[in-house]
Amino acid sequence: MKKIKSIIFTFVLIFNSNLALSAEKIDLLKVDWSFNGLFGTFDRGSLQRGYQVYTEVCASCHSMKHLSYRNLAQEGGPEFSLEEAKAIAASFIVVDGPDEYGEMFERPGKLSDKFVNPYLNDNEAKSANGGAYPPDMSVLVKARGGGANYLYSVLNGYEEPPANIELDDGVYYNKYMYGNKIKMANPLDDGIVEYNDGTEATIDQMSKDVVTFLTWSAEPHLETRHRIGFKVIVYLIILSILVYFSMKRIWSRIEPKV
Amino acid sequence: MSDHEYTPSSKFGKWFNDRLPLLTLGKHLTDYPTPKNLNYWWTFGGILTFCLITQIITGLVLAMHYIAHADLAFASVEHIMRDVNYGWLLRYVHANGASMFFLAVYIHIFRSLFYGSYKSPREIIWILGIIIYVLMMAAAFMGYVLPWGQMSFWGATVITNLFSAIPFVGESVVTWLWGGYSVDNPTLTRFFALHYLIPFLILGLVVLHIWALHVPGNNNPIGIDLQKPSKDTVPFHPYIVVKDLFALLLFMIVFAFFVFYSPNILGHADNYIEADPLVTPTHIVPEWYLLPFYAILRSVPDKLMGVIAMFAAIGVLAVLPWLDTSKIRSAVFRPLYRQFYWILVLDVLILGYVGAMPAEGLYLLVARVATAYYFAHFLIILPLLGKKERTLPLPLSLTEPVLGGSVAMSAAKHKSQKNNL
Repeated sequence: MKKIKSIIFTFVLIFNSNLALSAEKIDLLKVDWSFNGLFGTFDRGSLQRGYQVYTEVCASCHSMKHLSYRNLAQEGGPEFSLEEAKAIAASFIVVDGPDEYGEMFERPGKLSDKFVNPYLNDNEAKSANGGAYPPDMSVLVKARGGGANYLYSVLNGYEEPPANIELDDGVYYNKYMYGNKIKMANPLDDGIVEYNDGTEATIDQMSKDVVTFLTWSAEPHLETRHRIGFKVIVYLIILSILVYFSMKRIWSRIEPKV
Repeated sequence: MSDHEYTPSSKFGKWFNDRLPLLTLGKHLTDYPTPKNLNYWWTFGGILTFCLITQIITGLVLAMHYIAHADLAFASVEHIMRDVNYGWLLRYVHANGASMFFLAVYIHIFRSLFYGSYKSPREIIWILGIIIYVLMMAAAFMGYVLPWGQMSFWGATVITNLFSAIPFVGESVVTWLWGGYSVDNPTLTRFFALHYLIPFLILGLVVLHIWALHVPGNNNPIGIDLQKPSKDTVPFHPYIVVKDLFALLLFMIVFAFFVFYSPNILGHADNYIEADPLVTPTHIVPEWYLLPFYAILRSVPDKLMGVIAMFAAIGVLAVLPWLDTSKIRSAVFRPLYRQFYWILVLDVLILGYVGAMPAEGLYLLVARVATAYYFAHFLIILPLLGKKERTLPLPLSLTEPVLGGSVAMSAAKHKSQKNNL
């Protein structure tokens, strides 16, 4: 038995050292997000500011095709008032139709509309961005290993390239990007948006806000999930304790211990 | 089944039972004599039944909202996650339920390996179990394709391409499987149809699995044949039912933790990127429960031999009752087998680990050694061990003393010896 344990231990050692070797990537920046943990919830202010960053900065290239404007007023989200969400929707031009004459027409957006795409189609998106498709942002946080911390790190990872790295035109150096090369220019700059609530729009603040918004957009029912999850687990624990004592009682008829 | 003479007390019950003996069946199930020394490793049969039912019910509702079309599947999953009432809950239960199902089935299989439950007279139960396991893998693989993310698409491409290794007809077989010249819409729709069908096949096999179990009755940790019913057995209800229920609740707590607090930890981030036939992910990895077989597949340099090795790794389990020559069932009385058993557990864990890593350098070497050992365990060690091993004396029953002590005492002795080694 001892022998086996020592074998297992050796293997664990080998694999750990291996892991350390293969994971030469730099550690991601870590943020103490409000949505982490058993009771994690979103910071409404941050979600609303994050929407502002998304719509004023990211949305010029990145679509968010799985979200509708009504989601902005939904419980557990940025919780804009219905009027605000309607006004936001109406500020976009939506192509609708065909009408009774067979013509497509433009109209202001409604709550039920999906977020308007910045490009007509994927090919236009690619050709406008040097061949790189700006990924849809609806579930971007879940589509990247490292999730929220990864996106936050990339937004804060732009630097001058080291001397030994040559960059082509339209390619930028990013410390945290896979392969360190990214086709997106640093999108954030201090004061690039003007927050309505008076918060100072630093790069750090904006990236936190927009990542919070993107986490919500990827997982719009996160708050409900955390709330229900806690109740379910407490319920299961209480029920197992009750069943445990019932089991003891039943088995005591024949056996002192189960 | 010796309780055919059961007569329901009510008049209607008797009338009904004479025509369809469901009440006799119910009586048989509640009275079913079960060894009273079953430990918690035996509760996973019930847990697996729960997993299957959970998958079928959540899957049924998901299928009402899911659209099996290459252009719409990904969006329909997002629709389920966002707009369907508790759709996120259904999907996370279903997706994590697959992992929980495999976790439970691996414990169930390794319990059987430890206590020799596959041996005579339970070979048919075991083989039915292996067929169920293979169907589970097929169902899980096809289910993983349905969201039509990057891992769905490329996983499907890699696995279906395995069949191209078949000599002469390989390419045609793959085209036939795909319904075209690449993984595309026809592949998705047929996978959906099969994914819906297989759970019901499994359900039917589970009925046979339990039926076959009820003929000889349960094996037990001591592995000896018991008089049934006797002092060594208890009726299934309420004794085993309440114990199974308790274990199930503990299992559900773990399950709930995954569903509510880390629903995506067992999946791959790339599957939240919509399938793109033009972009290959850096590492294509299957779900964790298929990793040991993936490691075996990749450890063989030749494609055809790799595929054969992978299927042989499962096939060897089917003939296990005849490879293990030892007449003693439980590892409790097989000191050497016990050691090899744990090495096998470790070996499979290593295979799982290297299966997730790139197939190169040290990982590939480890995968090859572990693959060789896996087959050596079943094809060399087990047949020889049964002939050479000096086993410990078996007790006559659970209650009768053996060698001047009770079973509990002698088992305790083994334990203390084990710890002192």
